[in-house]
Amino acid sequence: MIPLYIAQFGIILAVFGLLLVAAAIMVYAERKVAAAIQQRYGPYLVGPKGSLQPIADVIKLIFKEVLRPKGADRILFMLAPIISATAAFAAFAVVPFGAETDLFGLIDHRISLQVADVNVAVLVLFAITSVSIYGIVLAGWSSNSKYSLLGALRSTSQMISYELSYGLSLASVLVIANSLSLTGVVNAQSGTWLGFIPRWFVFLQPVGFLIFMIAGVAETNRAPFDLPEAEQELVAGYHTEYSSTPFMMFFLAEYINMVTAAAVATDLFLGGWHGPWLPEYLGWIWFLVKIGAILFFYIWMRWTLPRLRYDQLMTFGWKVLLPLAALNLIVTAAGVIYFGN
Amino acid sequence: MGTELLLFYLFGGVAVTASLLVVLGRNPMHSVLLLIVSFAALAALYITLDSPFAAVIQIIIYAGAIMVLFLFVVMLLNAHKEDEYVSGGAQTMKKPLYAGALLAVVLAAELVWALLRTDRATDGLLTGGAAPDAVAIGDVRVLGQLLFTDYAFAFEVTSILIIVAMVGAVVLAKREL
Repeated sequence: MIPLYIAQFGIILAVFGLLLVAAAIMVYAERKVAAAIQQRYGPYLVGPKGSLQPIADVIKLIFKEVLRPKGADRILFMLAPIISATAAFAAFAVVPFGAETDLFGLIDHRISLQVADVNVAVLVLFAITSVSIYGIVLAGWSSNSKYSLLGALRSTSQMISYELSYGLSLASVLVIANSLSLTGVVNAQSGTWLGFIPRWFVFLQPVGFLIFMIAGVAETNRAPFDLPEAEQELVAGYHTEYSSTPFMMFFLAEYINMVTAAAVATDLFLGGWHGPWLPEYLGWIWFLVKIGAILFFYIWMRWTLPRLRYDQLMTFGWKVLLPLAALNLIVTAAGVIYFGN
Repeated sequence: MGTELLLFYLFGGVAVTASLLVVLGRNPMHSVLLLIVSFAALAALYITLDSPFAAVIQIIIYAGAIMVLFLFVVMLLNAHKEDEYVSGGAQTMKKPLYAGALLAVVLAAELVWALLRTDRATDGLLTGGAAPDAVAIGDVRVLGQLLFTDYAFAFEVTSILIIVAMVGAVVLAKREL
């Protein structure tokens, strides 16, 4: 029998490692899918079918020289990527990815497959997201470069604008689930309607899901909302001046944020680890399948849709998405009061 | 109780140190960031007081939303010039210094007065009612119900205040609407 705290520690290490692996897989998948969409081969030299390419990239980045522009704020320039990466990892801490388990009888107590089951998990997620903005702002400011500063400003205003719709669409799910804990939300989605339709909130909240996904793409600064790094205008946005490991940390943070956004969407709208055929202790397989589908959708979108113009982005966020999200919340709340839970 | 006290002194110390550095620092950018550190330490103190909701809200609203705007302002004003301003205009700085000192004395007096009254806080003189139990504070449902029933007036007044401030800012920023 393994004591509880060792099991908990094991879960923390596993989450950390899996996030790194997930980021590597995402980099590879992104390049392969992009290549397929553009009728190219993509990476194919390093490892079988190029699958070791991400590792080669990491090694290359580590051995590069760390450059710091003249006039850059020394402390903040190095602090910014650390804030970004830390926030990205920390956000996943409150995301549950499987049902309660005793790890095949290895431990006495049943523990839930997540780092921390906080009863205000959704709000913690928001708090960490809002802190992660500092990584970007500080990177842009401390680089002492106009491209970085403009990229950071765009990125921040975009994130702040879309965070509102993100939060409101999420609130309507919380109203239905009657819980602020992500585990509670997932457990509210178990079972089926009429025997075959899974009780996922995406069917109760189609508008909410749509808003959540759009705002999620904007939050993670992905195409078609990748204004912060619009290459033609800004070189690379807030991380223009970064090289080597600091750059890698931004890169890592970006992909982990995508994984987290997909995981949260899965927990909130797609029933988390609930699915047919598999027993509950293998629910994490369903979870991975759902995350994979959402991430594939992200990549697909990036290589299909052109980038929006900045004013279009802001108009869409404030004048379309936000009113729609507010309306959705009001209708949902009225529905919950009228029909009961 | 031991760990709780230790955590209190740890985060309290961080909050006080960071706040002091905010005031004493010369680089406005660093001051803004240290203020965020101070807010984060306060949030940690709320958690030790069994009130995770208040802690998270503290981070989202103060450390997240408000300080980002502060940071924007400092960034875009490019305020590196504080040192020259202080050394060059020592004469003009006198009056604000006196006013600040006066305010500091008033604040200190107020704090001492409040601390001397803490023994009466248990009677509910300071909290304005019987102290609600710790579990109830952490529960978002209870919090929401209190906010929209007992404290509805204060809540509405606050929201009107914020609306007025927002309208005022828009009017000031946009001369012709």
